[in-house]
Amino acid sequence: MKIKSNIATSENGFIFNPATGDSFSGNAMAATLLLAMKSGKTEAEIKKNILALYDVNTNQLERDWEDWMIQLKEANLLETEG
Amino acid sequence: MEKLQYEKPYIKKLHAGVMNKFGTRTGVQPVKNIDGISVKSLIETYGSPVFVLSERQIRKNYRSAYRAFSTRYPKVQFAWSYKTNYLNAICQVFHQEGSWAEVVSGFEYRKALGNGVPGNKIIFNGPGKTNDELQMAIENDSLIHIDHFEELNQLLTLSNNLANKPRVAIRVNMDTGVYPLWDRFGFNYENGEAWTALTKVVNSGKLQLAGLHCHIGTYMLTTAAYGIAATKLCDLAIRCQTQCNHKIEYIDMGGGFPSTNTLKGAYLPGNDTVPSIDDFAEVITSTLLNYGFANTDLPSLILESGRVLIDDAGYLLGTVIANKRLSSGKRATIVDFGVNILFTSFWYEHQISPAQDFVPHSENMVIYGPLCMNIDVIRESINLPPLSPGDQVVVHKVGAYNMTQWMQFITLRPTVVLIDEQQRTHVIRTSETLQYTEEPEFVPTHLKAK
Repeated sequence: MKIKSNIATSENGFIFNPATGDSFSGNAMAATLLLAMKSGKTEAEIKKNILALYDVNTNQLERDWEDWMIQLKEANLLETEG
Repeated sequence: MEKLQYEKPYIKKLHAGVMNKFGTRTGVQPVKNIDGISVKSLIETYGSPVFVLSERQIRKNYRSAYRAFSTRYPKVQFAWSYKTNYLNAICQVFHQEGSWAEVVSGFEYRKALGNGVPGNKIIFNGPGKTNDELQMAIENDSLIHIDHFEELNQLLTLSNNLANKPRVAIRVNMDTGVYPLWDRFGFNYENGEAWTALTKVVNSGKLQLAGLHCHIGTYMLTTAAYGIAATKLCDLAIRCQTQCNHKIEYIDMGGGFPSTNTLKGAYLPGNDTVPSIDDFAEVITSTLLNYGFANTDLPSLILESGRVLIDDAGYLLGTVIANKRLSSGKRATIVDFGVNILFTSFWYEHQISPAQDFVPHSENMVIYGPLCMNIDVIRESINLPPLSPGDQVVVHKVGAYNMTQWMQFITLRPTVVLIDEQQRTHVIRTSETLQYTEEPEFVPTHLKAK
């Protein structure tokens, strides 16, 4: 569960993968999560911060996190294991 | 400190290439109210899912369609197509507006009588009428539209020794330039069957040939077909007058006008491609007026429109149950209404709107119903903002055929609510119960639970 190190992200949600040439746009929450993930924070830390700052409950965040991971995997933005 | 507004994280791949000339805007707007009543309160009061019909919109549709014809032709009569939506309250709205009843079975015929429609204002169509039903129609002086020679012979037998001749019409099918041909209803024009049937009725001396009828298709996207159909019926009427010395009282052009729903596979939305009711009226009435009838001999024009008068007055409100990602990565949203109550999702790309505010991002998704059946797909592909469980949605233009073709299958059929012109809500069909569905069942003694 780590973002590939070569992925470029901008604060306003633009994502670029120089290895494949793919680019993505994300909403504000996607940008926030990507920046947090890139900064090396753990999943638990990121979730804690989001719960503290945003109007969302744990259940909703857990559900959305699962979906977020699938989106990142689908977009080929996650580091492959091993 | 007030917390920041949260939204579901979402990324979307950007595709370089030729720009889409239709742009990327989905056009989705939240629909929070129907005729001034909030979707939330409707679901709270009547449950989810729930069908909602707007009386104001029905009357508006009827009046504008009637105006389109009556301002162009002196003698126009509408007959409400019962099979499109035969909930009694809905039929009564049309009858109040002046519609007769157009029925296609003994069941519908009795419904029309129950709604207080005088027998002589009921048009009895359809290919399957029993002796008893025909007898009932004869006794009530209804207009019987003959579909085939068996029925014609049945009627001739029934009308022996009657003081008053039963009033009938010949159903005519023909090539209108739209394929596949609808040649299953009535007698064919091109091969001469229609003329044979017509002369047989006139010469029998037992039946009064009052009209000529056609039902050339459904969801017709071309007005020209109605021009051709009207021409062929006029030809029969004039020949009947000159060769059999018998005047035809009315020409019934049937129904088939489309609503503005988007058909599956259509490139452009229905709103942009469907001819207006005025376009149809213009073609039909100008054909009749220019055909050569003497002013005093102009036949009445009857129309049996259904779908176009009610589709956009009906809404289905429902609730999101869950979301998931499919193997392709595509998002799937499961809602609490299935194809068993939204039969028209097999034909149309129904417009679906969220009933609450949403984030500006939208995503392509599939919408599934709650049935444990692979066919239960409401929309195969639709761009909507991500919806959360508990969110409410509004399905548009569902007024035609859903409340007659729906099935009690896996789930029970929901409540139907009518919003009247004073914005009061009325339950016009209550949701089904287990008891209701089991009422006609019997369990043999040896199979009863001990």
